[in-house]
Amino acid sequence: MVSKRIVLHFPHRLVDQPIVCKLVKDYDLQFNILKAYVTPQEEGLMVLELTGEDANFNKGIEYLQSCGVRIQPLSQDVIRNETKCTDCGVCVPICPTGALVIDPLTRKVHFYDNKCIACELCVKICPPRAMEVHF
Amino acid sequence: MKTIKEINAKIKKGEVVVVTAEEIIDLVQKKGVKKVAQEVDVVTTGTFGPMCSSGIYFNIGHSKPRIKLGGGICKLNDVPAYAGFAAVDIYLGATAIPDDDPRNKVFPGEFKYGGGHVIQEIVAGRDIRLEAIAYGTDCYPRKKLETLINIKDLNEAVLFNIRNCYQNYNVAVNLSDKIIYTYMGELKPKLGNANYCSAGQLSPLLKDPYYKTIGIGTKIFLGGGIGYVAWQGTQHNPTVKRKDNGVPQAPAGTLAVIGDLKRMKAEWLIGTSMLGYGTTLSVGMGVPIPILDEEIVKYAAIRDEELYAQVVDYSQAYPQMVPGSLSEVNYSQLKSGKITVQGKEIPTGNLSSYSKAREIAEELNSSIKKGDFLFTEAVAALPGAESGYTFKPLKERPIA
Repeated sequence: MVSKRIVLHFPHRLVDQPIVCKLVKDYDLQFNILKAYVTPQEEGLMVLELTGEDANFNKGIEYLQSCGVRIQPLSQDVIRNETKCTDCGVCVPICPTGALVIDPLTRKVHFYDNKCIACELCVKICPPRAMEVHF
Repeated sequence: MKTIKEINAKIKKGEVVVVTAEEIIDLVQKKGVKKVAQEVDVVTTGTFGPMCSSGIYFNIGHSKPRIKLGGGICKLNDVPAYAGFAAVDIYLGATAIPDDDPRNKVFPGEFKYGGGHVIQEIVAGRDIRLEAIAYGTDCYPRKKLETLINIKDLNEAVLFNIRNCYQNYNVAVNLSDKIIYTYMGELKPKLGNANYCSAGQLSPLLKDPYYKTIGIGTKIFLGGGIGYVAWQGTQHNPTVKRKDNGVPQAPAGTLAVIGDLKRMKAEWLIGTSMLGYGTTLSVGMGVPIPILDEEIVKYAAIRDEELYAQVVDYSQAYPQMVPGSLSEVNYSQLKSGKITVQGKEIPTGNLSSYSKAREIAEELNSSIKKGDFLFTEAVAALPGAESGYTFKPLKERPIA
């Protein structure tokens, strides 16, 4: 079994087509949509947690790519600019998944990007704006 | 027991014993107040957080031909600065924002760039765009000035913050059913989170609650350089209720501080954006407390568990000036990551960086040990707990 969080970029021509549902039907994969929207340039962006057998997972990814969907691992999405972060911790209660936690001893903020679902709630509330979105 | 002169002599001889405001807590538990008062000479404190009543003034030197900015309009990287002085003196406040910033028109406003950010860039040594318009006089004929300026070319560049270093602060919550954006951060509805802003047991004025050593003229760590306490800060409120240990239970004393901006560092003066609220400056500050007697040790050894703050609703009570508190919590509870208010367990977040406060206390500690930092005697005391000095609300009176 494999379970990964990935970012899917749908070009404009694919936005009105059913694609993701085929991952279930044809490749026996499960998904959890963490985020989905259409950008002002009418491109689709979707953050998925995709789970299934290794072989199916790889075939599913190949299928998406053959349709023209660009795929990116989620950890590249939200990053912390270490030079800007002051370790205040005001982001900690805002993060819904516990990806931002304060170390009880050092009182420094840890960012676990494997727990991040790229909701971006931390991005604008960060006082020194240390949380950055990268696509 | 000891005098500041004696402590300075020990610093010069390299014999001074310095501990941080955290370290003294364990030390007193192990050895007792009496022994620590004999053995330790200095306790260092620190705090690093957003402090809105901060700003800088500087003198740019005279242009040829001369221009009188006083009475004119002056902008630094599009951020309006105050020029109501003589010809070429300018004051820039941390919360100033460009005229074309959308503010809260698209709510919540992002406030990406303002006075605090300009200050950080100036300290970092970056070139800043100065654009000014003046009305022109016989002696100052020029009406327009557009130039890059740099801190290294300025005559004086001074950080002068009229209110910093609050002695204790509120814990902010939201009782309403919609999200609110405040200077205490984003507050989720129905007690979704609780935000506080203090270094607690490291915070300067919490470790000298009666201002026995901190007064006007006290030398401090300010923005990575040296500063001095210039006066009590605005809204200084020493007469609020105190616990038996002497520590105020609500926002109380404040400091006005001043120091040479040219010797400060950009990592300790950080431009800050509060979503839906505005821009500000996060300031790093540390005050060394000379251990003159046992009483000072007792105060300096107060722990997070003994420091209390009030939980205040920022959806109604705060904006409407309704006094009162939902409950009282201590800094140990706040630092644990959750507190209970009205029977609900809620996560906490700090706007003030405890790890940076610790860094400041340690940096101050090592510069005293190295002999780089000597104490000054305060030249006058701050208004104290018995002074009757209070922070009054505005009494509005009709104009016509």
